[in-house]
Amino acid sequence: MIRTEEMLLNVGPQHPSTHGVFRIVLKIDGEIIKEATPVIGYLHRGTEKIAENLQYTQIIPYTDRMDYLAAMTNNYILCHAVETMMAMEIPERADYLRVIVMELGRIASHLVWFGTYLLDIGAMSPFLYAFREREAIINLLTEISGGRLTFNYMRVGGVKWDAPDGWIDKVREFVPYMREQLAGYHDLVTGNEIFMARIKGVGAYSKEDALSYSLSGANLRCTGVKWDLRKNEPYSIYDRFNFDVPVFHEGDALARYNCRMAEIEEALKIVEQAVEQFPEEGPFMAKVPRIIKPPAGETYVRIESPRGEIGCYIASKGKKEPYRLKFRRPSFYNLQILPKLLEGENISNLIAILGGIDIVLGEVDG
Amino acid sequence: MIQNMLESTPSYLQTGGFFLVGVAMLMVVLGFVTYAILAERKVLGFMQLRHGPNRVGGRFGLLQTVADILKLLLKEDTIPRDADRPLFIIAPVIAFAPAFLVIAVLPLTERISFANIGVGLLYYIAISGITTIGILAGGWASNNKYALLGSMRSAAQMISYEIPLVMSVIGIVLLTGSLNLNDIIAEQQSVAFLFKQPLAFFIFLIASVAELNRTPFDLPEAESELVAGYHVEYSGFRWAFFMLAEYVYLFAMASLTTILFLGGWQAIPYLTFIPGAVWFGLKFISVVFVMIWIRATFPRLRADQLMSFGWKVLLPLALLNIFLTTIVIELFRSF
Amino acid sequence: MTDGKTPEELAEEKRKAVEDAKRKAAELRKEREKRNATEANPEEDLDLAKKKAVAAAKAKAAALRKKKELESSTATESPEESEESSGEEEDLDLAKKKAVAAAKAKAAALRKKKELESSTATESPEESEAPFGEKDVDLAKKKAVAAAKAKAAALKKKKESGETGVYDDKAKAAAAAKAKAAALTKKAEKESGDDDKAKAIAIAKAKAKAKAAAAAKAKGAKPKEPVVEEEKPSHNQPVLDGYVQIIRENLGEDLLEDAYINRLAKHVPTLVARKETYFKLAQFLKYNELLAFDYLSETHGTDFETHMEIYNHFYSYQNNQSVALKVKLDRNEPVIDSLTSLWEGANWPEREGYDLLGIRFKGHPNLTRIMMPDDWVGHPLRKDYEPYDVEV
Repeated sequence: MIRTEEMLLNVGPQHPSTHGVFRIVLKIDGEIIKEATPVIGYLHRGTEKIAENLQYTQIIPYTDRMDYLAAMTNNYILCHAVETMMAMEIPERADYLRVIVMELGRIASHLVWFGTYLLDIGAMSPFLYAFREREAIINLLTEISGGRLTFNYMRVGGVKWDAPDGWIDKVREFVPYMREQLAGYHDLVTGNEIFMARIKGVGAYSKEDALSYSLSGANLRCTGVKWDLRKNEPYSIYDRFNFDVPVFHEGDALARYNCRMAEIEEALKIVEQAVEQFPEEGPFMAKVPRIIKPPAGETYVRIESPRGEIGCYIASKGKKEPYRLKFRRPSFYNLQILPKLLEGENISNLIAILGGIDIVLGEVDG
Repeated sequence: MIQNMLESTPSYLQTGGFFLVGVAMLMVVLGFVTYAILAERKVLGFMQLRHGPNRVGGRFGLLQTVADILKLLLKEDTIPRDADRPLFIIAPVIAFAPAFLVIAVLPLTERISFANIGVGLLYYIAISGITTIGILAGGWASNNKYALLGSMRSAAQMISYEIPLVMSVIGIVLLTGSLNLNDIIAEQQSVAFLFKQPLAFFIFLIASVAELNRTPFDLPEAESELVAGYHVEYSGFRWAFFMLAEYVYLFAMASLTTILFLGGWQAIPYLTFIPGAVWFGLKFISVVFVMIWIRATFPRLRADQLMSFGWKVLLPLALLNIFLTTIVIELFRSF
Repeated sequence: MTDGKTPEELAEEKRKAVEDAKRKAAELRKEREKRNATEANPEEDLDLAKKKAVAAAKAKAAALRKKKELESSTATESPEESEESSGEEEDLDLAKKKAVAAAKAKAAALRKKKELESSTATESPEESEAPFGEKDVDLAKKKAVAAAKAKAAALKKKKESGETGVYDDKAKAAAAAKAKAAALTKKAEKESGDDDKAKAIAIAKAKAKAKAAAAAKAKGAKPKEPVVEEEKPSHNQPVLDGYVQIIRENLGEDLLEDAYINRLAKHVPTLVARKETYFKLAQFLKYNELLAFDYLSETHGTDFETHMEIYNHFYSYQNNQSVALKVKLDRNEPVIDSLTSLWEGANWPEREGYDLLGIRFKGHPNLTRIMMPDDWVGHPLRKDYEPYDVEV
């Protein structure tokens, strides 16, 4: 009889596949994980505390740094919360610009996920292909906002900059290009036997678990819950676009992969329609007071970020700073299910499962 | 020449001669490794929309690897405090030495070959198995959990894939009636074994990639899982030795594939005016290219999938190949 | 903001208005102090707001501009801050200018409404007691009905609502939603003031917007008939009533501390539980077949200095409905039942609440720090937090 001994393996906070400074302490027997304890907080910057001393516009750059792969969505959630409190009407052009940049951001975010996930699984090339397309998106977003990663683009009441000349045309051209490349990804990756074998049936959970663990985004939709806030609780102008909510039922890493890849296509659809409907003229910023003071009270709004449901709670005392600002960060909630998924898996699957959840540590740690 | 030296009476001159020839070969191999690394980086870069090295040594980065090696030589030699010191030091040597030893039996051309021994193929496979010990020792001596996991994976993988590797070439041995690599090349005068033994070729190719610890079988050093696997604690020239072993094996394995399946230095019919060395080089380079290509394309397998693939797919297929080969040989003999 | 430099054409009027506002605020403050010397801030604010609203109502259309400004100041600032309110008014200049037109129309409507109320003030008083749901579309009538009790009941009710701890200014907005029929006049005015600027902006925008055709219409209707519009209960009011009824039927009367529509948060029905009944209520919300709030969207705590508060946002996929569940905690002894046994997803957010606010969740499987290091001193998101540094 072979006697085996459990040992502790510390994965992270410096590890190539934890996507940042995430640490997980594994109790392993051989390569089989007996117990996993996630440790977070290495990137905690106290955004919510800092925000209590900032005016609303000043908080926007901080939101960029939460989910730094989809900073546009984060910009939007804060502006949306304040606008909801102030019952503000946003100029149409601003709404369209917001939707276009958010959906482009969603594609870019999913591309990064796709690339890094494949890198985790051990394929290096798709990462660089994905980054080529992401670069095209980043260039578009840079042109409109001036930033590559942290855009600081939106403002309460609209957006900071109007689209430069020809920008809309560039976006229009990008859509078919991206579709073509996406087909290439499917050829290279989706049909790959090894890749399929690595993620099929890995990290599966049921719909009930997904709901109980407050999962959202693709992590929820992969279990068959057709739930997308863009569709179910339309905000901004999402009710004007015709798009699907991709749903898969297996609840495993493959379903999550399929879900996200399909979401790229849906986002492209939205961008396409938004570009077509884009109003030629009009203001891109509502008339807002120079110092924004939402009425006293509290609000909680939620929207669909690439990673799931991002929410923003503001308690206001009618001052120019929020009394309390709280973000519901989807990665933070989604990551909770990890220990449950890891039990009994081996270390290779740890990477496939963790990567499949799609976390951004800036968001997990707030 | 070598044959003559082997048969001459032992003397200082003869020993010195062997030493010099060995050093010359080592230099050739190191030269190959230097440029194989560059080639790999360039080809990968080409496949991945990058340029690869393009600064050191002209726009093709011809001296990049040289610079890297110099850097490794100058690097501080670190040995973890809790490591098993003697084993830690000797492990890279154990890993590297067999890689160089196996080259002795590989006939590169008609003229350039070192030891034309009867059991050349067996020798190659037997010696190359020793490297596993070096990797295992290195991983264990590092006293690091990632290294340990990596080396355990490595040992399991190398042993598992050596079996289909050997089994796949048995068909060739049956057809040739010899384990001597020169005889095997001679047998492919008209038709390369690639066409006579296609199944064996694919099994061999897959198993050899696994033996080389390259993607998609790079579990022992799986960067995204085990950080760097068995050599995570190594740095400087000790680390370089592991890398060297890896690339020398790439050289050896590509050569062996060329010899076993592509007819070695044999020319394609009607093109015999081109010297054998060029033919060998071309075939060899295409095998190396395929290896790099595979690396650029595939994701990594999981340990359990790797095992079941080796034992449940490759091994039965290799056995089937032997079975079919024997039947065909018997049928030919009967008629 | 440059304080003294108002646009010339409005400067004179505004100054007058400000003076007026200050004078009134002073009166009100006096009155308030007399009456509620011991009351907590939120209640004072509420009272004042009400009283101001009353005063404003009396001023009627003649004092239109003045009133508008007064209202906006009451809506966004507590009267103690009325000095600041002049600055606030300037902040809102643009909005206000736009609102002027709207306000005129509104004032007319107000006057009409008031007349109507006084004429029907004697009708069926019991209706004004009915807390929810009764406020359907034929509002004018109901308003009138409510007006019967208005003057006396309004104060009382608002006081109650204040006591239930709707914290300070928010109470205004909240009260608007729940303040019952009785508070009609006051509330209407107050709310119109509250919404004035935003609405005015909205109107201006709505015209330019193609999309907002429908929305703009709805909104455009507001200033014309503000009273009627303001009376209109939230579209979620019946939903909330339903929840409250189910809860009352199943768990008894005294489970809820409060229940109202939070208009600022997209009209989410908000329930305020008592500390002891919080877990029970959450459990009920999740497992009751009619409610079935199976998704915990968010849970977090807030330090309101007077108390701690936990805010939960639940969602029911079955009914496609949201609900916010709040509970107030003693700030010195913030202990509450953990929801982890109901929703696994509450695990980390509760740890975060413990880490950053020091709220202790009973029954939590692993209540340790999650963001800060384990040896951290203090809870950073508490308002009285002082960073502790050994080096200093």
